[in-house]
Amino acid sequence: MHSRTTTVDPHAVPPPHGDVVLSSRVRVARNIAGLPFVNRASASQCQDTLTLARPVLLNNGLAEGMIWVDLTQATLRDRKLLFERHLISKHLADAEHRRAVAISGDETLSVMVNEEDHLRMQVLAPGMQLAAVYERLNAVDDAIESRLDYAFSPRFGYLTACPTNVGTGIRFSVMMHLPALKMTNEVERVRRAAKDLHLAVRGYYGEGSESAGDFYQISNQVTLGKSEAELLEEFESIIVPRIIEYEHQARRMLLERNCTMLDDRVHRAIGALRSARLLGAEEAMKLLSRVRLGAHMERLKGIDLAAVNELFLQVQPAHLKLHAKAELEPEEMREVRAELVRKRLS
Amino acid sequence: MKCDLCNKPAVVHEVTVRSGIKKEVHLCETHAQEAGIMPPGQQPINQLLTQFVISQNLKGGGSGGAKGATPGTPAVVKPVNKTCGACGMSFAQFRQHGRVGCAECYRAFEDELGPLIERAQNGGTHHQGKTPQRAGSSIDRQLLIQKLLKELDHAVAAEQYERAAKLRDRLSSMNMPSRGGSTMH
Repeated sequence: MHSRTTTVDPHAVPPPHGDVVLSSRVRVARNIAGLPFVNRASASQCQDTLTLARPVLLNNGLAEGMIWVDLTQATLRDRKLLFERHLISKHLADAEHRRAVAISGDETLSVMVNEEDHLRMQVLAPGMQLAAVYERLNAVDDAIESRLDYAFSPRFGYLTACPTNVGTGIRFSVMMHLPALKMTNEVERVRRAAKDLHLAVRGYYGEGSESAGDFYQISNQVTLGKSEAELLEEFESIIVPRIIEYEHQARRMLLERNCTMLDDRVHRAIGALRSARLLGAEEAMKLLSRVRLGAHMERLKGIDLAAVNELFLQVQPAHLKLHAKAELEPEEMREVRAELVRKRLS
Repeated sequence: MKCDLCNKPAVVHEVTVRSGIKKEVHLCETHAQEAGIMPPGQQPINQLLTQFVISQNLKGGGSGGAKGATPGTPAVVKPVNKTCGACGMSFAQFRQHGRVGCAECYRAFEDELGPLIERAQNGGTHHQGKTPQRAGSSIDRQLLIQKLLKELDHAVAAEQYERAAKLRDRLSSMNMPSRGGSTMH
């Protein structure tokens, strides 16, 4: 796969609510009418889905510079790289059947083909931009649907392999950075609020992942009986503002009651990141989280926040291997990670 | 007792009685949490084990079970041996993997899936929101396909092989599968 480097524009406008919301994502699950679902499809039927989907995704004006990555052919490192960048799921990275992903040039749109459903498309954007993200994804969905018949039932809506995804087949999610709630042991408060609103709370890498770097992915579980507009409205006017407010309250509380402890943690974090010679992934995520908090609360000066956000990705194993242009032993990985972080934060 | 959606042991059991017909839902911890029944670490498991919902007023069909179920009675799962006419998936296979095999499975297992979906969707039973732009023709086509598949099931059951062959031809001319998971297009 073609390697990519991301450049950070120091003059870029900060993303909306970027202090708490790292990114917004909307995905929809769709299946093509008349084809068995992926779990029931033979190898040739999986290939048929790829053959049908490829021209629709590449030659349909969906986005600039769409590329097609045949994951059956891709190397393990490339598949892991795509997973680390949240462009494919772990399931799609690890599976063995015929599958692919179409990705826009700027990586904001990706369409997984032959994941659990024939098509799983997502649009990603930094900060709190769910409405804009949904609008774009909806247009992509319309463009695809103009050339492919979707499996749909008047009662259950868009039909999906897992019955818990039927209806709109839509998942709104926001990646929220909640380090102050974590420090004040109040993440449970968010979980309770999420439960009341029938939301799922997952980690940085989705289902089953730990809350690495104090990131929590909040997404809807209900997909049937509520329209996309209702779900979006709930996220925009209730869910996200409420959680942002919880985190802000926790940050204020830290400033008022534990300012020295807060300063100690964020300064130790930047100190360690700037001087470490060996750095594990988990440790890096934890320290970066504190630096991100310190920079947003203006306890740390002169921190390039865009670089910090980018580092959360760059410290992951496949990204480091790409950076080093080599396979790395675990110890070498820690060394390369420390060196990269020192360089970016110096 | 196993979860309706996977092979793990069921820890949440729900029995609904509709018009005197008992319907049961059994879920493992993971799927119960996904369905919003059991928040992590909040609701004690023994409370969930006895979580029965008895509703006498709701209308709806059922796939079998004893009449007059009472709360606290250990639930017994009646095996459902339905099979989807389009992809050949049995309901037992669905229970094992938690994934249906094709769009047709939703018709074949509608009675069983309906209550499960309703539970997982916090009471949502019918789609609201976007429909495919070409919904008209697409839905008509799907309804016709459903009708033909039903006729095919009956023809096969009645050993009317000539009629079944004609129905299969018609389905394959509509780019739809006949039985046994043959290529669908």
